Amino acid sequence: MVQLLFFYFALVVIGLGLRIVTCKNPVHSVLLMLLLFFHMAGLYLLLNAEFLAAVQVIVYAGAILVLYLFVLFLVNLREEIKMSPFVQKGKWAGLVAALALLITFLRGVFNFTLGPHGQYTIEKVQQITHTKAMGEAIYTTYILPFEIAGLILLVAVIGGLALAKKEDKGA
Amino acid sequence: MVHLSWYLTVSAMLFCIGVFGFLTRRNIIMMLLSIELMLNSVNLNLAAMSHYMEDIRGQVLVFFIIAVAAAEAAIGLGIVVTLFRNYRSVYTEDITILKG
Repeated sequence: MVQLLFFYFALVVIGLGLRIVTCKNPVHSVLLMLLLFFHMAGLYLLLNAEFLAAVQVIVYAGAILVLYLFVLFLVNLREEIKMSPFVQKGKWAGLVAALALLITFLRGVFNFTLGPHGQYTIEKVQQITHTKAMGEAIYTTYILPFEIAGLILLVAVIGGLALAKKEDKGA
Repeated sequence: MVHLSWYLTVSAMLFCIGVFGFLTRRNIIMMLLSIELMLNSVNLNLAAMSHYMEDIRGQVLVFFIIAVAAAEAAIGLGIVVTLFRNYRSVYTEDITILKG
C-alpha cells in the first residue's frame, strides 16, 4: 500500500515536472505546479513529516504560487503562447547538461550508504508528535538560524517593496 | 518498504528537470519556477534522509529552505516586475545590456 502510494506520488511529480518545463502557457505551468506541490506534500506524509506537508501546502501552494500568478498577470503574455517556450540557441546543450547531471546523481545515489542513526526514531517522533519534535529542535538547538530566517524574510519584505515601488520623477 | 534510494532517484530526476527548465526557458518567470522545482527536490532529498537516518535535523533544514524560498520568490518576482517596467519584456534574449 505504501509502495503503491509512493509510486503514484513519484510518477505524478516527475510527469508534472516534465510538463511544467515544456508547457507553452506559463499560467498552465503555474497551475500544474500547484498540483505538484500537493503531491510533494503527499510524499512528505509518506515520510512521517506531517508538519512539513502542512507547511508545504500553506507556504508554497498558498503564498508563493499566488505571488507567481499575480506577477504573470501583471506582465504582458499575449504573444507568449504563439512563440517557442525555449531559447533559440543552446536548447540541446541544456538538455545534455541536465542528462549528464542526472547520470552523475544516479551514480552517487546507488553507491550511497547511510551514516549512523540519530536519536529521533519513528516511534519516538510518533509518540511526541512530529510538530513538537521539530519545534523542540528549532527553538532550542536552532534558535539562531531561526532568528536569521526571520531577518531574511524582513529583508525580502523591504527589498520587494523597494523594487516594486514606482520611482519618483525627479530622483 | 520504500527504499531510500527510490526517494533519492525521484529527487535527482526532479532536480535535473529543474536544471533543464532553468537553462532552456525564455521567460524569466519560468526560470524562477524551475528554481522552485529544484528547491523542492532538495527538500524531498533532505526529508527522506532525515526519515531514514532517524534524525530531525534534515527536516529543520527543510523548514529553513522553505523560508528562504519564499524570500527568493518575493525578491525575484520584484526584479521581474522592475525589468518588465523598464524593458517591456520578460524574455532573456531582450535583456542583453551586459553585452555592450
